Amino acid sequence: MEIELKTAVTMAAYAGSGICIGIGAIGAAIGEGYTASEATVATGRHPELAGDIFKTMLVGQAISESSSIFTLVVSLVLLFTQHSAHSVVDVAALLGAGMCMGFGALGSGIGAGYPAAAACTGIARQPAMISRLNTNMIIGSAVCQTPATFSLVISFILLYSNFAGRPVSPTWAAVLGAGLATGLAAIGPGLGSGLVAEAGCEGTARNPEQAKNATNTMLLGQAIAQTTSIYGLLVSFILIFRGFPATDQLAPTMGLLAAAICVGVGAIGPGVGVALAARSAVAWVPRNPAIANELIRTMLIGAAVAESTGIYALVVSLVLIFVV
Amino acid sequence: MAIEGADLVKAAAFLGAGIAMGFGAIGPGVGEGITAAKACEAIGHNPREAGLITRTMLVGQAVAESTGIYSLVIALLLLFVV
Repeated sequence: MEIELKTAVTMAAYAGSGICIGIGAIGAAIGEGYTASEATVATGRHPELAGDIFKTMLVGQAISESSSIFTLVVSLVLLFTQHSAHSVVDVAALLGAGMCMGFGALGSGIGAGYPAAAACTGIARQPAMISRLNTNMIIGSAVCQTPATFSLVISFILLYSNFAGRPVSPTWAAVLGAGLATGLAAIGPGLGSGLVAEAGCEGTARNPEQAKNATNTMLLGQAIAQTTSIYGLLVSFILIFRGFPATDQLAPTMGLLAAAICVGVGAIGPGVGVALAARSAVAWVPRNPAIANELIRTMLIGAAVAESTGIYALVVSLVLIFVV
Repeated sequence: MAIEGADLVKAAAFLGAGIAMGFGAIGPGVGEGITAAKACEAIGHNPREAGLITRTMLVGQAVAESTGIYSLVIALLLLFVV
């Protein structure tokens, strides 16, 4: 049975759309559920603050929701746009765009739920700090969304690029890999940034005098937790924009796909690990401000070691693209 | 497109290298992060022993790193030797 190219492109668009919203809906739902559960507990303890807690919960959930709104947008674009059907590359690009945004929203959605939950708990603990807690939560959750935003960018590039002049093999593997690399690489850093932001909100509520320090350390921790998602983005850009010479062999094609899987999956562990180190440092800076420098130094050393396997993954991925 | 045996083997080796290093990076990353987190916590409790705690953290992380290095070695073997 011979399938026409136009049919295959439509199939890829529908399948990509389903994968995108299916996986993308997991993260935000878990994150928002966690926020709601902590808000409920906080309201039970301090019913007189119910209004403030309710407001903070809704704002936090709205930010957490943004990553899954990205997936909804990409799904709808996949469903209702007329896609070009020049070659099999278009099939791979549509599948790649769907998987990229689906996986990309997973970590950020769960992650953004943590600071919102900590802010609700913090309001019950320190009602005087409501505005500072809300600010800290909004900054922290917004930074959580960066990996999801990277995925959105790559998805749209894949959706709207014209690959007509490129050789079918190995370009199909390059565009599918570009989606996988950024999408998978966003999971760990998205989740991790949320853990760091949770500690930032908790620290603000614990020691209001050290609120500024808590926020600054939180931003530093989130920045180092997100480095591995930038590795994924880098590999995606190389895969999309570097023209690969035509080949009729399987090995170079699989090499590009392997490079994407390597950097994407390899970014998950270091993203979470670095964030765990940063969360602990952010939690302790407000408790013991006198040793803040010591804590930040240990955090950076520990995080650098935890990052190493992510760098190995990047190196192997670049070797797969450029050397072999 | 005719696929020959040697080409197929090479393709599998490349895929294997990517999978080995990708999945191999998860464990050490998380494990070393937990170690660093506990080290920060320990320094928070007892700042005077910061040097000792950092040293213990680094030795522990080096051991946890070993599986990541195994993955790297296997990946490089698959890429350049096999």
